[in-house]
Amino acid sequence: MIALLMRDIRLATRAGGGFGLGLAFFLIVVVLVPFGVGPQTDLLARIAVGILWIGALLACLLSLDRIFALDFEDGSLDLLATAPVPMEAVAVIKALAHWLTTGLPLVLAAPLLGVLLSLPADGYLPVVISLLLGTPALSMIGAFGAALTVGLRRGGLLLSLLVLPLYVPTLIFGAEMARRGIDGLDTTTPMLMLAGITCGTIALLPFAAAAVLRVNLR
Amino acid sequence: MLRADDLSVARGGLRVLDGVSFTLTSGEALILRGPNGAGKTTLLRTLAGLQPPLAGRIESEPDALVYAGHADGIKSMLTVRENLSFWAQVFGTSDISAALDAYELTALADRPAGMLSAGQKRRLGLSRLLVTGRPVWILDEPTVSLDTHAVSMFARVVRDHLAEGGAALMATHIDLGLNEARVLDVAPFRAKTPGIDEFDEAFL
Repeated sequence: MIALLMRDIRLATRAGGGFGLGLAFFLIVVVLVPFGVGPQTDLLARIAVGILWIGALLACLLSLDRIFALDFEDGSLDLLATAPVPMEAVAVIKALAHWLTTGLPLVLAAPLLGVLLSLPADGYLPVVISLLLGTPALSMIGAFGAALTVGLRRGGLLLSLLVLPLYVPTLIFGAEMARRGIDGLDTTTPMLMLAGITCGTIALLPFAAAAVLRVNLR
Repeated sequence: MLRADDLSVARGGLRVLDGVSFTLTSGEALILRGPNGAGKTTLLRTLAGLQPPLAGRIESEPDALVYAGHADGIKSMLTVRENLSFWAQVFGTSDISAALDAYELTALADRPAGMLSAGQKRRLGLSRLLVTGRPVWILDEPTVSLDTHAVSMFARVVRDHLAEGGAALMATHIDLGLNEARVLDVAPFRAKTPGIDEFDEAFL
């Protein structure tokens, strides 16, 4: 399992691996929004949290179809399915590798990009914590969506349509938590909800992803 | 080591083969033959556990099988050595030098797999079987894109594997020079599906 994780990270960071794709997209969105909104720092500060969260979410979405599709195309998925590794573990590891190469860089980049959006000083910590708690759920839900659409050619559209509604709760509670943090309100409730969603997806979706993978490999 | 009993397999929901029975014992090779679309690949995938059989039973020792399909599962951005050691780690072994030697890949070990020719990639795919340490090999068209020298290399590896008490089940059209191998023609087992005589139509 560690071998699989190391291989996926290595593949993602080598040329053509798509490591920078999500990060570059996130950067572009966040850099362009101030130009689009105009020089109104009040307005920017108010929408900063939403922009950061939506940017992170879409950046995650961008690289989802790579999770299983590449392994399916070159036959590795067949071989992994017959290897002494449970499919559930493969799903978890794949999601973890996706998070480490896409989600974690976004979390780390968010405070830097918050400066561009004139994010209030109180907001940095809540934004980073909410992203840290929320992005693992995005990767796990995405891995499930990728498993569902793995056999399909050009399944990207279907994947986005399937996954986006499932992302909504994470987005709502993540952005809410960061917003409350900025306003100096109590963040406990949205934080617990966000952490609960993440824990729930990590606990349940590997089984669902493994089940649909087995069906898709037939 | 592997026993199929009255096995029926389906592809895309259509019954392809009916009543296939055979036994594969230690040190034995069984070659599947049959026209394209006869269901050789489906049978092998079913035996490997990638899909459930429609009817019948498959008996094998636990953790005995290893499957190699049409695609080699090679990552072009990783080197030959990295590709092979990944599979070795997945199967819980560590020594890959014997496998590299057997297919004359040692000189290519540090080259990215994407730079290899089709035949070299195939050899890398086949060398994976050696690092798994599993006794029963299930091979689907193992000799595709191999030249005559590589085919004899492959035949030698299979013979060594059999001599060590392994077994191999393969679908191939090429004469490997494995004279001791039994041949199983799947054509007589072809399922009589009423109404559809060209079953390829179901996938178009």
